[in-house]
Parts: sequence; structure tokens; C-alpha cells
Amino acid sequence: MARIIVVTSGKGGVGKTTTSAAIAMGLAKKGHKTAVIDFDVGLRNLDLILGCERRVVYDFINVINGEASLNQALIRDKNCNLLYILPASQTRDKEALTQEGVGKVLDELSKDFEYIVCDSPAGIEKGANLALYFADDAFVVTNPEISSVRDSDRMLGILSSKSRRAERGEEPIKEYLLLTRYDPERVKNGEMLSLDDVQEILSLQLLGIIPESKSVLTASNAGVPVILDEKSEAGQAYADIVARYLGEDCPHRFVESKRGFFSKLFGGKK
Amino acid sequence: MPNNLPVLEFKSSTFFAPILILFNNDIVGIEEALEKKVKLAPEFFKDSPLIIDLSEINKHSKEIDFVQITQLLRRVGFFPVGIRGGNEQQNQQARELFIPIDTVRELTNLIITDEKNKPEVAQKGDSQAMPATKQETINAIPPRPVYVAATLVTQPVRSGQRIYASGDLVVMSQVSAGAEIMAEGNIHVYNTLRGRALAGVHGNTAARIFCFDMQAELISIAGDYKTSEDLNKQTYRNPVQIYLQNHALIITEIV
Ligand SMILES: Nc1ncnc2c1ncn2[C@@H]1O[C@H](COP(=O)(O)OP(=O)(O)O)[C@@H](O)[C@H]1O
Ligand SMILES: [Mg+2]
Repeated sequence: MARIIVVTSGKGGVGKTTTSAAIAMGLAKKGHKTAVIDFDVGLRNLDLILGCERRVVYDFINVINGEASLNQALIRDKNCNLLYILPASQTRDKEALTQEGVGKVLDELSKDFEYIVCDSPAGIEKGANLALYFADDAFVVTNPEISSVRDSDRMLGILSSKSRRAERGEEPIKEYLLLTRYDPERVKNGEMLSLDDVQEILSLQLLGIIPESKSVLTASNAGVPVILDEKSEAGQAYADIVARYLGEDCPHRFVESKRGFFSKLFGGKK
Repeated sequence: MPNNLPVLEFKSSTFFAPILILFNNDIVGIEEALEKKVKLAPEFFKDSPLIIDLSEINKHSKEIDFVQITQLLRRVGFFPVGIRGGNEQQNQQARELFIPIDTVRELTNLIITDEKNKPEVAQKGDSQAMPATKQETINAIPPRPVYVAATLVTQPVRSGQRIYASGDLVVMSQVSAGAEIMAEGNIHVYNTLRGRALAGVHGNTAARIFCFDMQAELISIAGDYKTSEDLNKQTYRNPVQIYLQNHALIITEIV
């Protein structure tokens, strides 16, 4: 049986797709056969970030509608042969995504994969609800700003009440916080919420902090998940997150600004 | 293949429906009072089943048109599912509307009302068994107060979530901004309260709210409320209790 991870947030543009691609690649690199599914029908971002957009023939909805088999639709990643992508449809309407259809696809994938990563669309509508419905674990992607934290809180309410686990009275979905686009300098200047501010509202298990980093954009333009850029802080942060998720002991990084140490030495001058 | 599976089964069960006690035949007044109630907790009242209690009205021999009352309740969003304390004519009207007639257990000592200042309508939550058969009225046994178990919540109550307790509500975890907790009895929050808390929602003016870390968006007892704008900065982020005194919400720190 596969473990199903939903990457969710409520708010758009916080880094869900970036995170989905990175952690799916991270899990596969660690030797776990992993599938990553794009639930964002109509937008199709995941295949771009994973650089396989030109190899998309069939999509998630083709499989749901029985127009293609899973094997036909799954795209094997060019960098890692344990990673497979199930792309979203760019053209079809969202109504084609049904709970029954999604359940069937996940069941079939579960037989063959260790992890299934579901990249949720923004919002609290059908697509987002379906992406989380079957989840075992939720990676709640949050930016250090109040509207994102609020939306994450709302998403957590949905996770605990509208999921299959909740409906069946099973053990609840495990919820983890991923604080992304974190900029310690801006936190210090009061332009962004701090980790403590966010945790005061969400009180979740912190899986990791991903710093704001130019390498994310560079990576997505190149169609390579940022986790493969081992020199970048964002890449390292995602690698840490995968390791922590798999149970490795790995102290948190990127909370303090690098300049913090020196500015303390020089009397707080910047 | 022969199908030996039974097609149905009867199970005994309890059906929860609040009881609406009417004190007055003033239809306009009733409508206004109901709309006010519904506004307070629209999600809770939406499509709620309801038992209409006419014993008070009939005690004072006031005329009331049951059909009109039923129409009014449906319009406001309720589903009348029973009548109790009706006279012969009212019961007949109920039968014609396919509304079951409930034989009344004596209820008066359970109704929470202020005698001097009787409201237009009062509601009393009650776990009301609604079997197809008639209940025997047991007159010999004095009525006992109904004990409603407290509701315990240990998971965080997140934004957009709503919790309703027909007795006391005890919350061990945080209540987020945008969340709403409601109880017919008292509310205890042994954590941070950032959302809305409404105690005594059926008119129990003796209900209280206790909370460990007061940052609420709104607090209300028996319909009297304060929003975060009116909340005292002194009690903000402190452990407090909130109670009603002459229709005024009093907030005091617990030390
Ligand atoms: N850690 C980061 N540092 C800098 N930019 C980031 C970071 N994470 C995401 N972004 C950028 O934010 C934008 C939205 O990211 P995306 O993953 O598509 O969000 P979502 O899927 O939540 O809508 C993209 O332009 C992406 O490059
Ligand atoms: Mg996305």
C-alpha cells in the first residue's frame, strides 16, 4: 500500500507545485517508487516544473474516463527512474474529476508505488477537496504572511473533517507544516511573520523551512526540481524535509538569517 | 441465486430535535424573534427539525393557527416534525399536515425562562424519542432534570469549523479565528480562544464562558454579545470568565 501525501495550502502561489515536485523527486532519489499527480485541472504546472511537458500524451482525466490506461498516461522522469508523473489536463473541464474516479486511480497506483504525492490546486473547492480526500499525510505549505496562515488554518479544518479518514472515523491525517519563501532578514525587519508567529496560530509539526531563493525560479525554468540543485539553500531545505519525513533526525536550518551572526558581532549594524 | 437478505430492519433510536415553546400568539412577534435567533447561528438552525410545543399557549387559552405557525417555521428554515401540548383542533390540523403528535411529558421545570421577562419564544434542546408508537404519559413519577453530557473536543477547532454542544462544551485545544463554538450550556476553553464563542444559545442566561487565553472575535451568552472591538484590552490574552448580569456581559480575569 502506498502512502498518499497531499501538498495543500488553500492559498495559491505559495509553493505547492514547487514543493510537490521537490519532495516527489526527493523520495524517489531515496529509492522509493513515487508517483506525483497534478490535480490542478486547467492549469498544468507540474509537468513544466518537472520538465516533461513535451512528453504529455494522456492525462489524469483520460485515465479517470477510461480513455487511457495508467501505464499509458504515467510519464517516467528523465532524471530518476523511480519517479512518475501523472499530468493534469489543460483543456478538460473540472467536472470530470470525481471522487470515485480519483479513488480508482489512487487504488491502482497504490499497488505499485510506495508514495503518491498529490499536488493540490488552490482554493477550498472541489479540486482541492478531492486532492486531500484520500490522503494519509498532509504537507501544509504556508508563506509567512497572515492571509496564507489563515488559509492554511482553514485547510486544516477541512483536512480534519472532510477527508476519507475523518468520514470513516479512522486515525486522522498527519499534518505537517512547510513554511516556504521564508526570509529571515524580512522577518527581522517585521515585514514577514516569524516562525513563532505562524506556529502560534497553526501549532503544527514543523517539517521544514524553505528559504526564499532565486534558485527556485532558475530550477523551474530549467524544468528540474530545485531539490536536485544541491548547492541552493532551497534544494537543501527540501532534501532535509524529505529526510525528516522519512524519520531521519535532522536539525532545522534557515530559521536565522546568515547575516544575523555577523551583525551581532558588529553591534547589530547591518 | 435466492436473495435471503432482509429488505429492512427496525432499530430503536433517539432523534434530536429542539422544542419550540410558544408563549404568545403574536405571529409577527414570533417571526421577529425567530429570525433573530436564526441570525445568531444560521448554520445550526438551517433545516433544523423542530417540535412545536403549544401547551403554554393553550394554558392561557390563546387562539393560534397551527397551519400558519407551520408555514412560518418552514419559511424561516425549520422543519416542524412534531406537535405537543396541542388541543383537539390543533392536533387535527397537524395530522392533516402529516406532522406527528407527541404526547407530552411534563416539561415545565426544565424550561429556562425569566418569569418576569418572558420571551416571545424559548427553545429547549431535548433528546426526544420519536418512535412510531405513542408514549405513555407517566404522571406518577416526578419529572427529573435532563442530564446532558458535556462535549469534549481535543482537536484544534480550525477556521471555518463549527462545533455545537447541546450541553456544556469543553475544548482542550485552540479555537482559531474564523471558527465558531456554540453550547446550550457553559463553554470552557483550556487554550487560546480566537474565534467566536456562544454559550447559552437557547437562552440560558446563567451560562458562562471560561477561557485560558482570551483573544476572541466574538463572545455571546444567551444572545447578548460583544465583538473583539468592545473587548477590554486588559483582559486580552488573559484567562477570563464571562457571565451575564442584567443583560450585560461581564468579563473578569481568573486569577
Ligand atoms: N522558496 C521559494 N523561493 C522563491 N520563489 C519561490 C519559492 N517557492 C515558490 N516560489 C515561486 O512562487 C511561485 C508559485 O509557486 P508554485 O509552486 O507554483 O505555487 P502554487 O503551486 O502553490 O500555486 C513560482 O513562481 C515559484 O517559482
Ligand atoms: Mg500549483
